[in-house]
Amino acid sequence: MQWETVIGLEVHVQLATQSKIFSGSSTAFGAAPNTQANAIDVAMPGTLPVPNEQAFRYAVMFGLAINADIGKRSVFERKNYFYPDLPKGYQTTQLAEPIVGTGYVDITLENGEEKRIRIHHAHLEEDAGKSLHEDFHGMSGIDLNRAGTPLIEIVSEPDIRSSDEAVAFARKLHSIVTSLGICDGDMSQGSMRFDVNISVRPKGQEEFGTRTETKNLNSFKFMEKCIAQEVERQIELIEDGGKVEQQTRLYDGDTHTAKAMRSKEEANDYRYFPCPDLLPVILDDQYIDEIRQSLPELPDARAIRFTSEYGLSPYDAGILSAEADVAAFFEATTKASSDAKLSANWIMGELSARLNAEELSIGKSKVSSEQLGKLITRIKDETLTSKLAKQVFDHLWQGAADVDDVIETQGFKTTGDDELAGIVDNIIASNPQQVDNYRAADEIKRKKMIGFFVGQVMKATQGQANPQKLNALLQEKLG
Amino acid sequence: MEAKEIEKLAKLARLEITQETIDETAKSITEVLALVDQLQSADTGDIAPMAHPLDAVQVLRKDEVTESDTREQLQAIAPATEDGLYLVPKVID
Repeated sequence: MQWETVIGLEVHVQLATQSKIFSGSSTAFGAAPNTQANAIDVAMPGTLPVPNEQAFRYAVMFGLAINADIGKRSVFERKNYFYPDLPKGYQTTQLAEPIVGTGYVDITLENGEEKRIRIHHAHLEEDAGKSLHEDFHGMSGIDLNRAGTPLIEIVSEPDIRSSDEAVAFARKLHSIVTSLGICDGDMSQGSMRFDVNISVRPKGQEEFGTRTETKNLNSFKFMEKCIAQEVERQIELIEDGGKVEQQTRLYDGDTHTAKAMRSKEEANDYRYFPCPDLLPVILDDQYIDEIRQSLPELPDARAIRFTSEYGLSPYDAGILSAEADVAAFFEATTKASSDAKLSANWIMGELSARLNAEELSIGKSKVSSEQLGKLITRIKDETLTSKLAKQVFDHLWQGAADVDDVIETQGFKTTGDDELAGIVDNIIASNPQQVDNYRAADEIKRKKMIGFFVGQVMKATQGQANPQKLNALLQEKLG
Repeated sequence: MEAKEIEKLAKLARLEITQETIDETAKSITEVLALVDQLQSADTGDIAPMAHPLDAVQVLRKDEVTESDTREQLQAIAPATEDGLYLVPKVID
């Protein structure tokens, strides 16, 4: 039987505010446990939350970026459940009246096709603390520094049909929130986390199958693996005559397996009700319009600009425009090199190979955009061949500060025209036999025989001759 | 309200409720629900639900860090702490 996968995503995005959503505690990552958890965050009786305006501004920015209706009136509700990293016994979140209504995100698939994924809504809420289950004499340790960090939870419609689409969608969201500057996008620190709802159904069937939810995936790779495994598990289950049970599963990034969480009889009985501590938040048209006017450039618009302004292919433009920091690096390099195409090639080739090998983001690149741009100008003015440029790049990567210094001190320089002519004359004079053979040969043989002279000159110049020039010179002098 | 529903509610609210008090609790909650039923009989078809009894609008604060580290004071009243963490009975799910 042919099966179809149906996927919906819930994406938690940590907003890059300085302080928490309901208190003035810092949200900085990496502080000593509980040093950024004040009386409000630990739920002391008698405290009152006051919402952070910046969290609303960021949520509105996201809403505008996905063409969504903005909730001019939004209401916080209490989602009740007991867990030690949630000291109030409820999460303050939004349900019936969220800040961001229905919208959509367009993704580009591997084959170049575009697909629209509808967004059901996005709401503001607070993050929980962290539970540490290492052994504290049979107890768990609780760090509440993260409790109260503002999140938007983005809920997609079940429009996704494969793990590739899911990853493309997740990457697009990452690209949007980092371009807006509302999230630092650092997945390793949990700035973006995914819950994946998965079901399968026979192809052609309208009705959805029973879905499972796998929680807390924090990388694109994990998400891809998790979907593949879960789809296989569900299909096998059904084909063996069983039934998929609705359940919540937890993915383990160490073993790359997911297992069902202990099912709770009263699962999803969250008894939501409007939070009596908070009044409805009302945003007026002027507030929303001001945000609309000042929205930074979004990835789709940037991709279009990269094709028109720099003449990049849609493929190159797509890669270089997706992430704000990569786009900025490309533009700075191009500014320094005055050659967009070469800059694009170097960033997508040599530079990204190095970054990947050392697992660095482009912000941590050991070669600055200025130096890369300068290196490219040295290829263009024929000081360097591409081959030599790669060696200079090596030196820069290893800590050398300046392209011209490296060329100077390491003697990386394409052999000058006069010098090259002298060397060619020398080689011709000292190899009379080969010269005679060459001159006697026909066009086709000559093409092979010229390799001998190229080799000799490269040896004499230690590979620093410009290959095009050398070829032309040899053909001219050998006649 | 039936005894079973009372038990479920108690569990959700993490309240300990003895077998003896279940009947009494069921009776008083049933009375409250009767009052709610009475309220429900009012025609509110044209009235938008309120999110809060006060007809007021939430004030927002500026995004500024105004709090300093108060861990020592807060943990002084915690039953168990270690390495700056609050300790709780082991929870794994």
